Amino acid sequence: MTRAMNLAAFVARMPQARWFRFTAPATFYALAGRLLPWCWGAAALFGLAGLVLGLGLAPTDLQQGDAYRVIFIHVPAVWMSLVIYVVIAGWVGLSRVLKTRLSSMMATALAPTGALMTFIALWTGSLWGKPFWGTWWIWDAHLTAELVLLFHYLGLMLLQACSAGARRSDRAVAVLALVGVVNVSIVYFSVSSWNTLNPGSGIDFTRAPSMSGMMLGGTLLMAAAFWAWSIAVALHRVRSIILESELGNEWTAELPEARP
Amino acid sequence: MNWHSFAEFGEMGGYGVYVWGSYAMTAAALAWEALMLVQRQRRACQELRDQPRLRAGQR
Repeated sequence: MTRAMNLAAFVARMPQARWFRFTAPATFYALAGRLLPWCWGAAALFGLAGLVLGLGLAPTDLQQGDAYRVIFIHVPAVWMSLVIYVVIAGWVGLSRVLKTRLSSMMATALAPTGALMTFIALWTGSLWGKPFWGTWWIWDAHLTAELVLLFHYLGLMLLQACSAGARRSDRAVAVLALVGVVNVSIVYFSVSSWNTLNPGSGIDFTRAPSMSGMMLGGTLLMAAAFWAWSIAVALHRVRSIILESELGNEWTAELPEARP
Repeated sequence: MNWHSFAEFGEMGGYGVYVWGSYAMTAAALAWEALMLVQRQRRACQELRDQPRLRAGQR
């Protein structure tokens, strides 16, 4: 713990750390507000391009027919469900080390989006699996770990709602977040190696391309759209969280949002 | 373009239920999240606007 405190003091003293001023909720509120339109725009643009390419232009798959088109939302949703969890764990870790309030606010802002992405991943995976495996669900490593991930997200949201700055539950959030990272790696590695039903990730850059260019392009465009969406949503939600916690402070009363 | 008609696009080669079921639920989930976001920010701003009046009343 003392080492962590030394690190925090060291980073705070770094003269070149001008980015550090963005850890102040007031500064970040304004920064996030300026970034938001670009994130929403990117999400809309990539999403539209991905849908046109994926649903309109990409050819029908020889083995799976048109059912494979679920891939354009399933794979990005799975990716985001994993990425967001790791990012949350990173923010939680940062808030433990640096004691910056903004870090734990970002962790709180991301959790509902992670849960939603996990739900979309499970839903689309189930609908994709039905026509080919003959079942909506199977308790294999990949699907089970993804379901456990959903419970991790829900647990995080519950703890974060209870915590709101209380020390002890902050530690509980940290423990849960770190334990969940192990589960995330199970989901990640089980797609390719623990394969029972899942058709493999389909995207393998080391071998000859197993997907057509348009299928890959559509998937990557939709992944970019999901990334932009998640960033936009997190920035939007963290602004609400900042306002809620900074209520009564001078700078919030001076915002244009505060004028009647 | 793969499709020759809207009906064909809707059928998705016989997998329409699965494909559109996925896309519809995703769209609904994202729309719901956006709605929640807007409502939460609106509520936070409303609390902000109520705040100064409270303070002025106390003085």
